[in-house]
Amino acid sequence: MLAVVSVAHQAWFKIIIKFLMFNWFQYLGRSALLVFQRLGRAHLFLLRVLAAIPSLFAHFGLLVAEIYSVGVLSMLIIVVAGLSVGMVLGLQMYNTLVDFGAESTLGPVVALSLVRELGPVIAALLFAGRAGSALTAEIGLMKATEQLSGMEMMAVDPIKRIIAPRFVAGIISMPLLAAMFSAVGIWGGYFVGVGLLGVDDGAFWAQMQAKVDLYDDVLNGVIKSIIFGVAITWVAVFEGYDAVPTTEGVSRATTHTVVYASLIVLALDFILTALMFGEM
Amino acid sequence: MTTMNDNLVEVRGLKFHFAQRVIFDGVDMNFQRGKVTTIMGPSGTGKTTLLRLIGGQLKPNQGSVMVDGLSVPELSHNELYGLRKRIGMMFQSGALFTGVSVFDNVAFPLREHTDLSETMIRDLVLMKLQAVGLRGARNLMPAELSGGMARRIALARAVAMDPMMIMYDEPFTGQDPITVGVIMKLIRTINDSLGLTSIIVSHDVQEVSAISDYLYMISNGKVVGEGTPGELGDSNSRWVQQFMKGEPDGPVPFHYPAEEIERDFF
Repeated sequence: MLAVVSVAHQAWFKIIIKFLMFNWFQYLGRSALLVFQRLGRAHLFLLRVLAAIPSLFAHFGLLVAEIYSVGVLSMLIIVVAGLSVGMVLGLQMYNTLVDFGAESTLGPVVALSLVRELGPVIAALLFAGRAGSALTAEIGLMKATEQLSGMEMMAVDPIKRIIAPRFVAGIISMPLLAAMFSAVGIWGGYFVGVGLLGVDDGAFWAQMQAKVDLYDDVLNGVIKSIIFGVAITWVAVFEGYDAVPTTEGVSRATTHTVVYASLIVLALDFILTALMFGEM
Repeated sequence: MTTMNDNLVEVRGLKFHFAQRVIFDGVDMNFQRGKVTTIMGPSGTGKTTLLRLIGGQLKPNQGSVMVDGLSVPELSHNELYGLRKRIGMMFQSGALFTGVSVFDNVAFPLREHTDLSETMIRDLVLMKLQAVGLRGARNLMPAELSGGMARRIALARAVAMDPMMIMYDEPFTGQDPITVGVIMKLIRTINDSLGLTSIIVSHDVQEVSAISDYLYMISNGKVVGEGTPGELGDSNSRWVQQFMKGEPDGPVPFHYPAEEIERDFF
């Protein structure tokens, strides 16, 4: 009797395991397919946007308006954050360097940290949070309220009229904002180091001038910020354009933009840093 | 029935489905030039989808959609956009651009597709706004408009390019009786005075019966009735009668399909 029960249990156990594994594999397969479908759509979308960029020469005013919306309106948050980061950096570095009597190198330490890493990365994260989310929400709501459909039916391509100007504006704005972040951050470090803690003024700037290289440091930082700009703006405009046209869909797309863009920026930063500054 | 040459839009053997769900299963329709033709049917039967198929925003799985002799699904991107310049559409929501004023909304297609001077555009926009009775609202923003006003502005924008045809997506839904009366009058008047062809999608029986020349009724992916408002009113079809009279039960059942009631309660 016991043996019969045991066999029956084993049979049920096998069925449950098979059921769970089948469902799990099915779920995994479906999820993978959806991810690849979405990636495919995102790349086709990017090709359409790139093809639409030449049309901006005929609508230059649209690009200027979007640079104002995406870039100029992000300046305040960038300046405030850059100043805070620069001041904290100046304070922390001074406390460490002064133990070794090397506080005169505060200038290059602050400048290199900002120009190579913190400027492009933090500016990109802030840009994703402010401008990226705004782009997604705006485009998603235009889709939900049938404005994009309306435009299509009026024989105006939304990719040319709405998406391309925002995409290019993001790419132009991002390096400028990152440069602004670094410049204000250096000034913040100067204010704390020289103004408050008594580091020599001349040493601060002279060391910085001697140690920071235009190509290796500044240009690489600019290249990083341009690549971050492409990634963030691509994610933002695609998420908006591909959003489910409901309140919940737009909300989810906006969250996706901030999360995906931030993670992509951090991942790209590691790759770019390894390529630019690594000695692997 | 109409003859082939009189039809601005012809739909033949149209089949369309979203994923597994069949929306149209072999639909034939004619939309005669200069007439107001209405497509009626319960919510969710694909009326708006039909407008998107005619406008080329969706492609049929099978069958043809001809507009002014052009096969819409086979048009290139540029040809399709060329055709759309001759078609106006009024969306259910109005689909006005929320970031610009009423004036700029109506001026949008003119600025995009013509080289007219701003003075000329101003005059044309004010003429269109005058036609819908909202010349005085030119400086308002879309957020300041009532639902009825937004649809009238959308109508002014739809006729801005003097199209050959206008499609109306649920023009009366959610409007007060006065606004419904105004929109009814505008659709008929604009159709006749500008010599347009109008296609309306609606489930407001009384309103569309009053202004339409021809009606189609669709359900479950097929045309279940067609004719002039008078012919449909006299139809022997139980489905048509249920829809025209708004009866709660009939071929379209009151109850959503469910298992036997005894199994739920006993």
